[in-house]
Amino acid sequence: MSTAIEKILSYSIGKNISAGDFVEVNIDFAYFHDGSGPLIIDVLKEMEVSNIFDKSKVAVIFDHSAPPYNDQSATLQSKVRKFVIEQKIEKFHDIGEGICHQVVPEKGYIAPGMIIAGADSHTCTLGAFGAIAIGMGATDMAYILATGKTWLKVPETIGVECNGKLKEGVTSKDLILEIVKIIGTDGANYKVLEFFGDTIKNMSISSRMTMTNMAIEMGAKTAFIEPDEKTIEFLGRNGKKFKSDSFTEVISIDSSSIDPKVACPNNVSNVKSVSEVEGIEVDQVFIGSCTNGRYEDIYEAARILKGKKARVKLIVVPASKSILIRMIKDGIIDILLEAGAVIGVPGCGPCLGVHMGVLGENEVCISTSNRNFIGRMGAKTSKVYLASPLTAAASAIEGKITDPRKYIK
Amino acid sequence: MIVKGRVWKFGDDINTDVIIPAKYLRSIDKSIWPKHVMEGIDPTFSSKVKPGDIIVAGKNFGCGSSREQAVLAIKWAGIAAVVAESFARIFFRNGINNGLLLIECKGIYNSVDEGDIIEIDLDKGIIKTKKGDLSFKPLPPILQEILNSGGLVEYYKKKVKKH
Ligand code: SF4
Repeated sequence: MSTAIEKILSYSIGKNISAGDFVEVNIDFAYFHDGSGPLIIDVLKEMEVSNIFDKSKVAVIFDHSAPPYNDQSATLQSKVRKFVIEQKIEKFHDIGEGICHQVVPEKGYIAPGMIIAGADSHTCTLGAFGAIAIGMGATDMAYILATGKTWLKVPETIGVECNGKLKEGVTSKDLILEIVKIIGTDGANYKVLEFFGDTIKNMSISSRMTMTNMAIEMGAKTAFIEPDEKTIEFLGRNGKKFKSDSFTEVISIDSSSIDPKVACPNNVSNVKSVSEVEGIEVDQVFIGSCTNGRYEDIYEAARILKGKKARVKLIVVPASKSILIRMIKDGIIDILLEAGAVIGVPGCGPCLGVHMGVLGENEVCISTSNRNFIGRMGAKTSKVYLASPLTAAASAIEGKITDPRKYIK
Repeated sequence: MIVKGRVWKFGDDINTDVIIPAKYLRSIDKSIWPKHVMEGIDPTFSSKVKPGDIIVAGKNFGCGSSREQAVLAIKWAGIAAVVAESFARIFFRNGINNGLLLIECKGIYNSVDEGDIIEIDLDKGIIKTKKGDLSFKPLPPILQEILNSGGLVEYYKKKVKKH
């Protein structure tokens, strides 16, 4: 009896290990971005490493300041670009190609059963593909780039079983916000959250990624979803599929009982039903990020916004260039522009509060991203409410937090 | 080894966005990070903190992004140790990797007040507070080794590169 995570690690190491063991593992794929890159390069220099372990297993994506917003961010990016050229890294995606956690699976760089490291906390998103995907800091990433290895404490896995059909107007974002409320901001500390049950089985890959994306908001080491045909189809490649047959603990959720949810400032677990916060005025609406910037998210928002006008600043940022191209081809972009939206360059956009929609003093934003910490999107006095793309779109029309169900025909 | 210092106290869920706001991250001049440490909660903190001081916090210290600047800002501000009820895992790894002493100690939050002097005995695994002694679990051997080397860079140079 073991978890999928234990099985993947055992397979990779070649001997049976279980939760609590300390192991050294080979990394099958590693990636970092323009935010973490400059520090990683400095650490590699300190380590006196001149060649990375395997350039075919490394991707670099510029998403955090894309395009750069001041001279220093541009200078730091050119430092990383130079490194990419020196190290002959071919899996390089410059500004405008999208968010690392979106680009890496879209390009099929990863496969089920892999052990993946990313120098970003939301690397856990890739657990949606049946892989172990762990977020790390710059020094850990430098060590991986030098040696191809890292040490891990084998984590326990909490099973989160979701059964039932989500109601009309309710999305995987509402479901995961409810789960954050139940588990709390550190309830899964050092552990893995594995999502399963018929709700997850029936979800699109986009919706699954929204679920795994927010595991870090509960302190989890990563998240996991058992891979299936949809996974293989999305990645365009097969991998090694592992399945859990035990968990440390199982939490059961009736998905059909969930309403649209909103995480209120300044804590992601401060989750309320939209009915409890309806009417709170907002100054800005942001639809995007690695949580909810995918085609499905923007499409659903556009369905609500069609023929309507946003009363407040509405910023839509696709998570990747391929999503943007699809939006243009399918006419989604026209609907959004006519509704008054500003379309940002594919990437992180205003999510981290440095450009493309920074909040001013006391401004309020409803955002489809994953963090509502003090000052996350701008001024210390600004506030962020987290919600689904549907709730965000409906709120844009009214200029205040709005239950999206009244706009769903 | 004994680490003794004055306490600065913070609550639960202190995230990396408040430890060092994102607007300071893309800087060529790294010395700005300790100047803005904890600015998201207490903008005057960097002017008050003295080398050797200790941060005591509640649960989940360092949650949020993987930005290593959060650790560097604390370390370069001269903080000798962070003692918390619990840490977020990426921050914890980043701390040890940079040779910053991090101690998980249940009960610490309610045992100290800001300004207290506490004494951490690393060999015995005990923290002396005015309300009595608290014990903490030593780090697992691999982490102990990294910390004792002064961080992951030194560990790499010593252990990996030699071979
Ligand atoms: S979109 Fe936001 S949360 Fe996601 S990687 Fe970018 S900055 Fe981080």
